[in-house]
Amino acid sequence: MPFSESGCFMEPTTKSQGASAPHAGADDPARVTAFEERIARGETIEPKDWMPERYRKQLIRMMSQHAHSEVVGMLPEGNWITRAPCLRRKLSLLAKVQDEAGHGLYIYCGTETLGVERADLVDQLLEGKAKYSSIFNYPTLTWADMGAIGWLVDGAAIVNQTMLAKASYGPYARAMIRICKEENFHKRQGYEILATLAAGTRGQKAMAQDAVNRWWWPSLMMFGPSDKDSPNSAELLRWRVKQKGNDELRQRFVNLSVPQAQAIGLTLPDPDLKMNPETGDWEFGPIDWEEFYQVIGGNGPCNRERIAARRAAHEDGQWVREAAAAYGEKHKTRQVAA
Amino acid sequence: MAEPLVEYLLRLGDDRLVLGHRLSEWCGHGPILEEDIALSNLALDLIGHASLFLELAGTVEGQGRDQDALAYWRDEHEFRNLELCELPRGDFGFTMVRQFLFDAWSLHLLEALSRSTHADLGAIAAKAHKETRYHVRHSSEWMLRLGDGTEESHRRAQAALDELWPWTGGFAYQDQVDQTLRATGIAPDLSQLVAPWDATVRGILAKATLVIPDGPMRMAGGRFGRHTEHLGHLLAEMQIVARSHPGARW
Amino acid sequence: MSQARDRWPLWEVFTQPKDGAPHEHAGSVHAPDAELALQNARDTYARRGEAVNIWVVPSEAISASTPEDVGPFFDPGNDKPYRHPQFYKGAKGG
Repeated sequence: MPFSESGCFMEPTTKSQGASAPHAGADDPARVTAFEERIARGETIEPKDWMPERYRKQLIRMMSQHAHSEVVGMLPEGNWITRAPCLRRKLSLLAKVQDEAGHGLYIYCGTETLGVERADLVDQLLEGKAKYSSIFNYPTLTWADMGAIGWLVDGAAIVNQTMLAKASYGPYARAMIRICKEENFHKRQGYEILATLAAGTRGQKAMAQDAVNRWWWPSLMMFGPSDKDSPNSAELLRWRVKQKGNDELRQRFVNLSVPQAQAIGLTLPDPDLKMNPETGDWEFGPIDWEEFYQVIGGNGPCNRERIAARRAAHEDGQWVREAAAAYGEKHKTRQVAA
Repeated sequence: MAEPLVEYLLRLGDDRLVLGHRLSEWCGHGPILEEDIALSNLALDLIGHASLFLELAGTVEGQGRDQDALAYWRDEHEFRNLELCELPRGDFGFTMVRQFLFDAWSLHLLEALSRSTHADLGAIAAKAHKETRYHVRHSSEWMLRLGDGTEESHRRAQAALDELWPWTGGFAYQDQVDQTLRATGIAPDLSQLVAPWDATVRGILAKATLVIPDGPMRMAGGRFGRHTEHLGHLLAEMQIVARSHPGARW
Repeated sequence: MSQARDRWPLWEVFTQPKDGAPHEHAGSVHAPDAELALQNARDTYARRGEAVNIWVVPSEAISASTPEDVGPFFDPGNDKPYRHPQFYKGAKGG
């Protein structure tokens, strides 16, 4: 569902990245040139190919953050499965959150092709050393949030993921293609929930409008800071990990969403929204970047609760993982002995 | 009491709705991502089966109640699930031991039910039976890994079995409802399923080095609306949004 | 935080999309043994009915060619036309 757009995370501090400074001469300039020529030709980089150390590190960071986002992203929606108001919605929501687990899994597995282990990546997340998409640090307060998240958050993710499906690193691109196929029902489900609420009782309509009012601006922030303020963008564009800048993607998302809101009779909480007849773009008001930096810096509405929940699941599950591993070992040796 | 077939379908549906709901509580909290996906799968299948049984119950009843009316607008004393299904999910060991005991019973029950003289009921049972075969495979394998894994997993699994086993008497509970439906071949004789269930279960438990506890079966009342205190809390959570907006569509 | 004793090894998953088709690499899963690897693979890569058969292989069991092999292993052999059917004249009627 969400994504690890370089801009929506703070630049990792050197202490969290360990030895991130490249060794002098570690990347043979001739090989770097050959690599960048491959990229320019539109070739796909695979796990066993030579790659600059920085490319490898950037991908590990971007992919693992994306995977963490999918898994943390299960929590805000998982919060409403037990209260889903009809069986069809209960099944759909459960299936959607299950898909998010699967997406996290695909991307973790893709990251592991770069020579890291998922367990170590998870440790980094739980120790607060890794980032995940800012959007999941907001709480889900009503059933209508399920509609707003599906429509806006998954909608934003689709804009980004469609682009990432052409990323230069093969395992990442392939994971994205699989995810894109599954993602469309998520957005459609959310939009349908909101449309039904907006056409429902007065209480339902108010619930829907309130949810949209709360989720609109954080969804725009998902695309990360403006390109001029985004330190990783240029490099990721040059390496074709990204193909488009943050601002362009954000504008595309706004252009898609405004008519969708109008179609179901809901307003967007931006008094400055205005169609520009020359460009065809829906121009929008200023984003509160102070809020954004607070949230990704760890001071959002429920950053602590999200990590605490993931930590609890991991710790509570340790005896289970150990048991299965122990059984596997016992039976390996039993077979050998026989 | 409602017409016997309606009662019977509510028993089948409520077991799976309540148990599926308990499984869904794991979503986002499983011991590893792969198992989160597996538990969600189980929950989806069970809630799916429940929807089919409840929808059929509403149709047979003929008073305009559908699956949602039955799931969200009945009170505690109107639910017909076994206590085993409504107990809180506990730790992963408790969840898996409960799941195994239920899946093993469900396997034999649905296989027999798929031959029901009631065509719609038989069709639902056949579909559910196919999925249940996979469920049993999953929960059996976990019984082995927990019972015969580490000392800690063995302790937790044994504790779960000690608490859950006394509730299993409820599986074979039969009354007038079953008697009436057996007469026309709509429902099987549950007493005939006890031996195969017992064989399935004992085989796996032995391999898992788990010991079946001694002692009497718990007094059961779920089948006629006498539940544990847990069901009230479960339904309060499950039904709150629907009940807060009467007449609304979702 | 994690001890080595709670880590599960990585398995590569290959799914057969339909009867008669070859298995394709779908991705990977973590599992403590082959049985759970198969179940996890089915839940992760085949729950939408995308497969009729699944293989799982421990990732460490896979041997792969490297980019350096490209030349000697995969030389396209444009100078070896006799490997291709177009090189040969078909017999009339055959």
